[in-house]
Amino acid sequence: MNILVRIKRYDPERDAKPYWDEFRVDVEPIDRLLDTLNTIKWTMDGTLTYRRSCAHGVCGSDAMRINGRNRLACKVLMRDVGKKVTIEPMLGYSVIKDLVIDMDRFFDKYRSIKPYLITHDNEPGTERLQSPEQRAIYDEGTKCILCGACTGSCPSIWGNPDWVGPASIVNAHRFIFDSRDQGGAERLNLLSNKDGVWRCRTIFNCADACPRNIPVTDLIEQVKRAIVYGGPEEA
Amino acid sequence: MWSWLFHRISGLGILLFLFIHIVDVSMLSFGPDVYNQSVTLFDYWIVRLLSLSLVVAVLYHAFNGVRIMAIDFWRKGSRYQRAMFGAVLVLTLVVFIPVAYIIMLPALHWLTQMPHSTAGH
Ligand code: SF4
Ligand code: FES
Repeated sequence: MNILVRIKRYDPERDAKPYWDEFRVDVEPIDRLLDTLNTIKWTMDGTLTYRRSCAHGVCGSDAMRINGRNRLACKVLMRDVGKKVTIEPMLGYSVIKDLVIDMDRFFDKYRSIKPYLITHDNEPGTERLQSPEQRAIYDEGTKCILCGACTGSCPSIWGNPDWVGPASIVNAHRFIFDSRDQGGAERLNLLSNKDGVWRCRTIFNCADACPRNIPVTDLIEQVKRAIVYGGPEEA
Repeated sequence: MWSWLFHRISGLGILLFLFIHIVDVSMLSFGPDVYNQSVTLFDYWIVRLLSLSLVVAVLYHAFNGVRIMAIDFWRKGSRYQRAMFGAVLVLTLVVFIPVAYIIMLPALHWLTQMPHSTAGH
C-alpha cells in the first residue's frame, strides 16, 4: 500500500513555527506505524526526530498523536490508519523537536505523588505478605508504562499545565490501594489540593488513550472516593 | 469527550438564558404593561425555536449531571459511562419530543393559518 504520511515538524534551531511535512511511503498492511517512521528516517529524511526504544509497547517512549488520538507508534498497524495518516507530537507538552516532547514536568509530577513504598512500622524481617485478592485491587495501575498518552490527551491539562494529570494519579492509586503501603493518607492529602484529582472532569480521553488498557478514569474516581470517604474502599 | 463538551456548551447556554430571563423578569418593575408587552417576544416562532434549544440544553445538562454523579459515587459508574451517555441522549430526546410539541404547536397553528411571511406571532 502507498500511504501519505503527514507529520507535524519543528526544529527550534531552524523553524519559526511548526509546519506540516508530507511523505509518500510504501508499506505493508501489517507494518507498524513505527516501521513507517523508521522507513522515512532511514531512507528519506534522516532529520526526522522521534523517540522509540523497545518497539514492542513496553517502554512507553513513542506515544504520539496519530490521527488525532494518542497512541504508541509501535502498537498501531498501518492497515488501521487509512490511506492518509496524520502524526503530531502529543498536546499538553512542549515540543523539543519534531515528535519529541519535553517530559520533565510529567516526571516531576509523577515523583510528586511519591510513587514508592512508604512504611512507618519496623521492618518485618520477612516478606511483606499480601493475598491474591489484595494484590488484585491495584493490579490495573501496575501496568502503567509512563508513556504519558493519558496526560497528553486530557483537556484539563491543555487548559492547566499545573494539573498533576492522570498518569500520576494512576501511579498514586497503585500505592494507595496497596495493603502493604502506609503512605496512603499522605498521598490522598497531596491529591486533594487544587491541582489534584478534582481537576478531573470525567472526560474519559485518558482511558481511550491508554495503550495498556488501564481504566484510567475509573482509577481516578476511586482515588476521589478515597479522599471523600477518608481512605480506600474495600474492594 | 463529547459528553463533557455538550455539558459545557449546554451549561453556558443555560447561563446565557438566565441573563435573558433576569432582563425579562425585571421588566415587571416598569409596570404590568411593559412586562406584558415584553413577554409577547416569546411568542415569535423564532424565539420559540430558541426556547427549544434551551429545553434541549436543560434536559441534557440535567440527565448528564445525574450520569456524572453516578460516575463519581457508584463504583461501577465509570465502567458503564458509555452506556449511560447513550441513555442520557435517548432520555433527552424522549422528553424533548412532547415538550417541543407543546412549545411549537401554537406557532405551527399560526403558521398554517396565516401563510404569509409577516405572520410573526
Ligand atoms: S496510564 Fe496508560 S496512558 Fe497513562 S502513562 Fe500509564 S500506560 Fe501511559
Ligand atoms: S517503542 Fe517502546 S513502547 Fe513503543
